[in-house]
Amino acid sequence: MRLINRHPGRVSATLLGLLPFLLIMLIYSLASQERLADNPNDKLLPGLEQMTAAVDRMAFQEDRRSGDYLMWQDTTASLARLGLGVGIAALLALVVGILNGVLPLVRSNLAPLVSAASMVPPLAILPILFIVFGLGELSKVMLIVIGTAPIMMRDVAQRVRELPGEQLIKIQTLGASSWQVITRMALPQVLPRLIDAVRLSLGPAWLFLIAAEAIASTEGLGYRIFLVRRYLAMDVILPYVIWITILAIVIDQCLRLANRRLFPWYNAGGH
Amino acid sequence: MSFITVNNLWKEYGDQVVLENLNLNVKQGEFCTLVGASGCGKSTFLKMLLGQETQTRGELLLEGKAFPGEPDRNRGIVFQRYSVFPHLTVRQNVLMGLELEQKPWLGKLFGSARREALEKVDAMLESVGLTPSANKWPHELSGGMQQRLAIAQSLIMRPRVLLLDEPFGALDPGIRGDMHDLLLKLWQETGTTIFMVTHDLKEGFYLGTRLLVFDKVRNDPHNPQAFGATITYDLPIGQTDRKLFEDINESVNETARNQAA
Repeated sequence: MRLINRHPGRVSATLLGLLPFLLIMLIYSLASQERLADNPNDKLLPGLEQMTAAVDRMAFQEDRRSGDYLMWQDTTASLARLGLGVGIAALLALVVGILNGVLPLVRSNLAPLVSAASMVPPLAILPILFIVFGLGELSKVMLIVIGTAPIMMRDVAQRVRELPGEQLIKIQTLGASSWQVITRMALPQVLPRLIDAVRLSLGPAWLFLIAAEAIASTEGLGYRIFLVRRYLAMDVILPYVIWITILAIVIDQCLRLANRRLFPWYNAGGH
Repeated sequence: MSFITVNNLWKEYGDQVVLENLNLNVKQGEFCTLVGASGCGKSTFLKMLLGQETQTRGELLLEGKAFPGEPDRNRGIVFQRYSVFPHLTVRQNVLMGLELEQKPWLGKLFGSARREALEKVDAMLESVGLTPSANKWPHELSGGMQQRLAIAQSLIMRPRVLLLDEPFGALDPGIRGDMHDLLLKLWQETGTTIFMVTHDLKEGFYLGTRLLVFDKVRNDPHNPQAFGATITYDLPIGQTDRKLFEDINESVNETARNQAA
């Protein structure tokens, strides 16, 4: 049988999927053991023991200096920035995207600007944001908004324009005004697509968040990673990276489930 | 004065002439079927009736006044596909028009107004045979049921003209027969004026009160776009014989071959 026609069963598919993870862990632990055997104080490849100790210290014990649980404090600070940034960006994308998609006059007026804005590398304007908005929360949130909104705007506008032309004619023959075309045809059909767009934007959003925190911050997951880098504290950095990954996966899956629950017609092939 | 008047109507796209010198008078309540080869301007004519296209020359009048330049609630449309809203259930799809009419800002009805409207909706669903599927999503319906829904959605607005653009083109022959019966029944009940474009000459011969054949009279083999189509036959239904059917069929097929060549 040709390779392209060979499909794994359920169990073997799961095992095949797990295999790369197990391999990475195995290689890491072997390398780590070898280095620790040479030098028990080695910092580069900490073992499981050092990492659990570090997590225990960061997440479950009060910081000696501030009395806070640092990992939770970092997590809430980062998630608040991420949520605010992505939320504002999604809202902007919805408004501008729908207007661009539905109204030809607005599209001629705004679409070129949106296209140009989506080409600006967001990190290149980070210094401008720091200068304009200061080093506080606003500039970090703005970086996420500026970094993710234009692409989502384009995506939403594109999705609106992909709605069949027949629908647009049909709703007009039912007497719809432009406002009603937006609220009863475009908006409800674009919402599930917006959630998909948000899921895709979360990757860049995390990137901008950590970049902004690394440069100017006093708390946050990105801040912590870059802070402890000075002490080569791989035992903190590695669990933080894994924690960020888990958070990203959980958020993504929550959005996926919300999309399914809220828009049953969308996910059953009704579009 | 006739209901719809067409005077010396021309439609051109640049050098391409689609329709030339169209003349037609249609009375209120007529059921016209439009047949002809692809590219003979049937759909273009339907789009002009809808307000999606405007003529290049000539007059197109509704009760003596020019047709509005954009689709409105007086002219319903059913396309071959995609004319229902996938994000609304069957009931909500039919309810939509009533909601849009009564609530310009919200576009939604609540309370007793909604209950009243839903009674109308359910009666309409009953007459197109969709009562058992009232709470389904469109993607759960078969092609024929989706078209029933699209027709119900348009008719609840009581449009003065109902336009059908190959509405049964994608359906199985058996289902098509059922849809013909349904359409004739609804037409008799509502008395609305219907224009239906079809590929199927037999369908055109059987349905409605009037058959309009769109065909090219002149053909330049070196420049097939030079001449447009016009109405070559305008026949009342029921008085047509087999010979005529074959003549028309041959003429339409000839044009189709010329178009393809």
